[in-house]
Amino acid sequence: MAKSGKIFPVLASAALLVASVSPSFAAAPIKIGVAGAHSGDLASYGLPTLKGAELVVKDVNAKGGIKGELVELVLVDEQCKPEAAANVATKLVSDNVKAVIGHTCSGPTKAALPIYRDAGIVAISPSATTPELTQSGEYKYFFRTIASDDRQARTMTDFVLEKLAPKKIAILHDKGDYGLGLATYARKFIGESGKAEVVLFEGITVGQVDFSAVIQKIKRSGAEVVIFGGYHPEASKLVSQMRKKRLDAIFVSDDGAKDEAFIKVAGKDAEGVYATGPTDTTKNPLTIEYREKFKKAEGADPGSFFDNGIAATLAIINALDKAKSFTADDVATALRSEKVDTPFGEISFDEHGDPVGIGFNMFVVKDGQYVTAE
Amino acid sequence: MEYFLELVFSGLTRGSIYALIALGYTMVYGIIGLINFAHGEIYMIGAFTALIIATVLNMYGLPLPAVLILAAIAAIVWSAAYGFTVERVAYRPLRGAPRLSPLISAIGMSIFLQNYVMLAQTPNFLPFPTLIPEPAFLEPIASMVGTTDLTILLVTTVVMVLLTLLIKFTRTGKAMRATSQDRTMAFLVGVNVDTVISITFVIGSSLAAIGGVLIASHIGQINFYIGFIAGIKAFTAAVLGGIGSIPGAVLGSFVLGLTESFATGYVSSAYEDVFAFSLLVLILIFRPAGLLGKASIEKV
Repeated sequence: MAKSGKIFPVLASAALLVASVSPSFAAAPIKIGVAGAHSGDLASYGLPTLKGAELVVKDVNAKGGIKGELVELVLVDEQCKPEAAANVATKLVSDNVKAVIGHTCSGPTKAALPIYRDAGIVAISPSATTPELTQSGEYKYFFRTIASDDRQARTMTDFVLEKLAPKKIAILHDKGDYGLGLATYARKFIGESGKAEVVLFEGITVGQVDFSAVIQKIKRSGAEVVIFGGYHPEASKLVSQMRKKRLDAIFVSDDGAKDEAFIKVAGKDAEGVYATGPTDTTKNPLTIEYREKFKKAEGADPGSFFDNGIAATLAIINALDKAKSFTADDVATALRSEKVDTPFGEISFDEHGDPVGIGFNMFVVKDGQYVTAE
Repeated sequence: MEYFLELVFSGLTRGSIYALIALGYTMVYGIIGLINFAHGEIYMIGAFTALIIATVLNMYGLPLPAVLILAAIAAIVWSAAYGFTVERVAYRPLRGAPRLSPLISAIGMSIFLQNYVMLAQTPNFLPFPTLIPEPAFLEPIASMVGTTDLTILLVTTVVMVLLTLLIKFTRTGKAMRATSQDRTMAFLVGVNVDTVISITFVIGSSLAAIGGVLIASHIGQINFYIGFIAGIKAFTAAVLGGIGSIPGAVLGSFVLGLTESFATGYVSSAYEDVFAFSLLVLILIFRPAGLLGKASIEKV
């Protein structure tokens, strides 16, 4: 989620809603900040994380806390507004938190990160997806439990370049935000790898009845793999018409095409089509456990980024527990080296702070079903 | 050279798809001067009818050509019934009204039919079976032009010729032309104007149904919204060729299809619409009535 807020300098201080949960009878509880949108338009993105963190911390405290100390959450609300984010970050620093879970949106996260870095505090976001946050290398104490926006293209191009190993690749997109964004990243990654050449990069018109002209163009370009960024109706039209024109290049698409409807409509032409899709969490026991706990407490299903929030809280608590000390360097090292069990399965973090194990997998259509591609 | 030919066939395929729908548009406009915005929806209903009938017939294991013909006949009958009813319900009561009223009524009918099919059938895309067989002897040219493409091309040409003959040489055709020229006068000399208009709608809707069957078979998927998108392009083609003119609709469709195909082939498919609509603007600047349209003085 890469939404940055509007400018509301007056409201900024008012948004500093500070509350503390869990009894603070321990001598010196370990404070963890939870920063994000807890009210306002985008509260539905931030609240599930907050509730998730509370559920996890309740369990941790019931088991004796971290290294014998109870955990206390410090909740701060910035309504996904970057200017409010700097204020709440300063507040958390002065509260002496050991780590921060947040922020919800990418804009506020970017505004708060320099403050945490300078204060030596680790931050872990469950929902900020802008690639630069980790990839710029500016914030060595920043981690996230969500795949960045370019992750899907990365998964796709890595697979194509390593497993399919074509020399020439054609990239098509549907000119929409999602399809064009993915196609642009894919072109960039293929170009950077130098392993293959992008011989064609074009947008197609959604709803068009016939794609034979662009298919002839692909055929002439000699591409062995066609990558398509877009949704399943155009994907199935493209692949069917490619096969009709006897173009047997491998068709690779995205989560938009990883849909039952694609297989149903494309029929036998769907066989052998590759598509990326998010890691399935629904069968994970931790997902089921926390979803049930949430339902019991709130009487409703958790919303967006709930699993990510649980994962962030579990990861940070695990790291604080395993780290030699509570300094940011030690906690960050623990996050990178210690694997932790989350609703996404076992995860760890790479040197940038991006999660290993959360993100996208490659699937392939086999006998009318998407199965994980090897 | 081979690439050029491939692009020509792509353009002709696309052009004949537009033409199949544009013919119905232009015919109704030619006779009663109404842009029948519900035409695309009749085409969509034709495709749905064919899908239902073909699914049933396939279960009984009929040979493919029989399924195609029976499904097409069912689609024609059902779509014609819809076309007839739409005219009765939405246009005939407005016969004497200002020109804008039936136009708005047509748009309303279009939205109504889309939503009706969405609710009565499904909002999702449905797979449409390939009804046109691919014989082995056509395999050498399959990479350039498919059997379905050829069928559409052939059907478009045949339909164009038959329509022209019907309008030029039959009694009904003569009555249609009379109605088109002056409705009141035609009525005074004994032409049953209402019947003529009904026949026009029935024929136009049958054409839409044929288009629905063939085009859905080409695309391989249908949903309630296909008529709208196809209708817009076909309408553009009809205007380009001169709305009201039957050869004009076909010519306009081919010009549009070829322009898009070459724009894709030699520039970029992202710009195909830019080229198509720039061409439309240019043609309308120099020939306001379209390529084959007759410049007429607006009747008051």
